[in-house]
Amino acid sequence: MAREQRLAEVFVELADTLVEEFDVVDFLQTLTERAVELVDADSAGLMLDNQRGRLQVVAYTDEPTRLLELLELQNDEGPCMDCFSTGDRLANIDVAASRERWPRFAEAASDAGFAVVHAVPLRLRRHVIGALNLFARSHATLTPEHLAVVQGLADVATIGLLHERAVRDQVVLAEQLQTALHSRILIEQAKGVLSARAGVDVAVAFRLMRTYARGAGESLTTVAEAVVANTLDDAEFRRVLGRP
Amino acid sequence: VREVGMATGRVAEILSALWTTSPDGRALPAGLVQDCSRAVPVSGAGLALMTEQGPAGTVAATDGAALELEDLQFTLGEGPCVDASETGRPVLQPDLAATGPGRWPAFAAGALAAGVAAVFALPLRVGGIRVGVLDLYRATPGALTGEQLREALAFADAATLLVLYLQTRAPADEFPAGALALAGDRAEVHQATGVVSVQAGVSLAEAFVLLRARAYADQRPVADVARDVLAGRVDLAERPDER
Repeated sequence: MAREQRLAEVFVELADTLVEEFDVVDFLQTLTERAVELVDADSAGLMLDNQRGRLQVVAYTDEPTRLLELLELQNDEGPCMDCFSTGDRLANIDVAASRERWPRFAEAASDAGFAVVHAVPLRLRRHVIGALNLFARSHATLTPEHLAVVQGLADVATIGLLHERAVRDQVVLAEQLQTALHSRILIEQAKGVLSARAGVDVAVAFRLMRTYARGAGESLTTVAEAVVANTLDDAEFRRVLGRP
Repeated sequence: VREVGMATGRVAEILSALWTTSPDGRALPAGLVQDCSRAVPVSGAGLALMTEQGPAGTVAATDGAALELEDLQFTLGEGPCVDASETGRPVLQPDLAATGPGRWPAFAAGALAAGVAAVFALPLRVGGIRVGVLDLYRATPGALTGEQLREALAFADAATLLVLYLQTRAPADEFPAGALALAGDRAEVHQATGVVSVQAGVSLAEAFVLLRARAYADQRPVADVARDVLAGRVDLAERPDER
């Protein structure tokens, strides 16, 4: 079966899981299994922030992987820990070459037969809520396309988690809805501010904000806040938009 | 047609009821917290202002615990009200004994000692305009029902308009706070608010009031005035009376 078709099926499957009778661990489990199926990796594990200052392993494809993840937690070293603390993706990391960086992790991973490891963050804007780890026995590296698939799966996991919290907790839902409402108003206000300042109409102002937000890796709300507070650096704005 | 924003019908009702009891306007904040604590209902309510520098003190509180807790948050610099004003997000704490001590140790101790079991802090904001927080205190734990939350949010919207009115008394002098609540909850009204703030070189809050003052003076729906602003047919920076 063509990979593209399988990829589409997996995303449909995950989206279906979110609809009703949603079980978060089941969902994350499916997700780690599909990750291994879709890209050149042999096992996967997923850790989440337990909101008490620690990560917790919540899904894994096999026992050796779970043990590796626990070892990372116990020794506070390894790709998952670094990925979580920096929010940066670690791709195609050679295990043998990581002995200085993570001595205990590298030894254990190597003993378990793994040659390459990857870690991608589960993140919402700048907030990192966990990380997805992938392990491979061969030295084959992941292509940018495969890495994009892994990041896409991590993003789906993030969406699923927020969905779970929102559905279970009416309080969170109320807070989210209120915040969303005012973000929307804020964006409208910012469209007006930017249109008057730049001498363009509000539709153009919106496109400019969106393009800037994507280019700068920020949320539309953050950009809108900066626009109304007039703290957006003009030169930076032009640079990201690629305008003179 | 409502697009985005506040529930204007109930808000206008709340404001006009207030105006009847306090025609001179001075007792409006006190009236609002009283009406709010009865309508939701909760044990007490407080209204705190904020500036860009942070919390700016309590404007009104129902008797007893509410007043004490408003002062306590202000003194400690911690509590649901402080968080709500800093983040602009509602802070709903249906069970303070369970969740409060970890988050605000000093405030939670004071609140529990004062017999408060639940706190709901609602930021007073219209998008980027942030003027304060409405705090609701209840002696019994438990979440607000959907209906109660709606009512609380309507009072928060009314309080927002009231504070804006009181803060921008000069240009708004000739029209009642109720006029602030009139219509105007459309995307283009918020867009025009942004345009006016740039054109007139004022804050979004002032622009919000200016737009409604013009609509009230011209006896036109605020959305119409907003569309004129966006089309460049009206420039609120030009005010003949201030030349």
